[in-house]
Amino acid sequence: MHKTPMLDHLESGPWPSFVKDLKRMAAQKSEVNDLLGQLERSYREKITHWKHGGIVGVLGYGSGIIGRYSDLPEEFPGLEHFHTMRINHPSAWFYSTQALRELCDIWDKHGSGVLNLHGSTGDIIFLGCRTEALEPCFADLTAKGWDIGGSGSAMRSPSCCVGPARCEWACYDTLEACYQVTQEFQFDLHRPSYPYKFKYKFSGCPNDCVAAVARADLSVIGVWKDDIRIDQSAVEAYAAGEIKPRGGGAHVDKLDIQADVVDLCPTHCMSWDGRKLTIDNKNCNHCMHCINLMPQALRPGTETGATILLGSHAPILEGAQMSWVIVPFMEMEPPFDEVKDLGYRITEWWAEHGKNRERVGELIMRLGMRAFLEAVELPPVPQSVIFPRSNPFFFWKQSDFDAEAKGRKYYTKEGFDVD
Amino acid sequence: MALPKDELVERIYKMVEAAQGKKQLKAKDIEKAVLKEYPDQPRNDIKFAIKELIDSGRCVYTYFGGSYIELPHEEGAAKKF
Ligand code: HEM
Ligand code: HEM
Ligand code: SF4
Ligand code: SF4
Repeated sequence: MHKTPMLDHLESGPWPSFVKDLKRMAAQKSEVNDLLGQLERSYREKITHWKHGGIVGVLGYGSGIIGRYSDLPEEFPGLEHFHTMRINHPSAWFYSTQALRELCDIWDKHGSGVLNLHGSTGDIIFLGCRTEALEPCFADLTAKGWDIGGSGSAMRSPSCCVGPARCEWACYDTLEACYQVTQEFQFDLHRPSYPYKFKYKFSGCPNDCVAAVARADLSVIGVWKDDIRIDQSAVEAYAAGEIKPRGGGAHVDKLDIQADVVDLCPTHCMSWDGRKLTIDNKNCNHCMHCINLMPQALRPGTETGATILLGSHAPILEGAQMSWVIVPFMEMEPPFDEVKDLGYRITEWWAEHGKNRERVGELIMRLGMRAFLEAVELPPVPQSVIFPRSNPFFFWKQSDFDAEAKGRKYYTKEGFDVD
Repeated sequence: MALPKDELVERIYKMVEAAQGKKQLKAKDIEKAVLKEYPDQPRNDIKFAIKELIDSGRCVYTYFGGSYIELPHEEGAAKKF
């Protein structure tokens, strides 16, 4: 075993330590011993000893294998090759114990045994595979019905929140949507042909448990368009302290409906007279605050679907961005053709105009929301407005004048081009 | 005139071969170059011609900050030094 005094220190803290796990594995896998040794050395020298690979993969695919090599292979022979494999996860990460055993057996046989459930893409991450073991590992995975996930300039493995499987707030079937979209985009997932990565994430309601608004190029977030359902007697029970906030887990014993719920509504669309709670639903922006605080009294409406947002990403070429509303409400029923079709229109426009490593949100910043909406044939909607226009230079197009001449008063629901 | 499928595969292979070591081509670069020469070539033909080159192992996908299509070559990072 390599000596790892700095890593050993991490074992002394109050939290479970990966060092302890890795040491236990190192008893069977010498590469894991080397992994600890190299990490200790990186801690000491404050530099990484990993190198990126760009070529390794499995035949036919351009995605899902991320090449890694140590720059100290003599010292740490187990890390000479240490590639990452991404395995496409099931919707909402539901496994049977049998499936988990299968995965672990395959990975113990072909790789280091170190895995990460799950990476931020959502995939199951296998860490540490030698080049010659990639194909046999892939063959064993596919024989059991698994497949590799996305990486590189490709469709990434879509992911979703637990949705209707466990959560009463789900406004559509996130698991089915995620599964259907994953199947639909198999070609683009395995064969990188975009300017850069493209992610779909599905949340069942605006709580957005998979953080789709910040992490997905195309964020599909459940929403309702009718009224929040109110059970007035349950509201009174909350007010009287008969129903405890957060099931008794809150720091207070009873909710102050005025201070905790009504006054914190971001659009000030609620009122409470001490007996009855009223919501001006036209002005509700579906933030979920009130519903989260009083789940037994308030529920989302029944006319449900999703808001489609586009463009979030971490800082690569430009700074980080959040997704931007492009379709305020879309019905979400299997087979989800509308959201698939929108995905194709978006990726086509982006692939045509995007620069290398430019995410779709950055392309919209560069070419403008207008150019985007025209290309993918979406009508501009008030929900897309982030802040009032401050730039006095607006470039009208001939089609605007023609539309005005034909009597257009304002943007229509159907579109901005009358002809 | 669109190319028949097998000729398209060879045309793309030549393109990748000519670019090797000079410029890394993305799938979209290949599509744009083919469409410039053969504007009526269906895009799907190009997509599947690339797939054929990859599936046969004559070309590979590489990843260097973005995904490219190249001839198979030795992994620089795999070399010992
Ligand atoms: C001290 C050891 C390590 C720590 C604390 C660490 C921590 C992390 C964290 C926090 C993430 C993000 C996970 C998420 O957001 O779900 C991550 C992702 C990742 N790590 Fe590590 N890591 C370690 C070692 C390694 C090693 C040794 C490798 C490979 C040789 C590796 C490869 C990866 C990869 C490929 C991902 C991205 C997975 C994905 O989202 O697709 N990590 N790591
Ligand atoms: C100077 C050092 C490095 C820089 C500046 C760097 C930068 C980046 C950037 C910008 C990304 C894209 C992030 C994203 O949006 O997902 C990325 C992805 C990644 N990096 Fe690094 N990285 C470095 C070192 C490493 C090392 C040492 C490892 C592993 C040992 C590593 C593993 C990865 C992996 C697995 C990915 C995901 C690739 C993919 O999604 O296709 N990186 N890196
Ligand atoms: S995003 Fe909404 S529907 Fe999905 S798990 Fe979270 S709270 Fe439930
Ligand atoms: S969901 Fe948010 S905006 Fe709507 S009524 Fe509740 S607190 Fe107000």
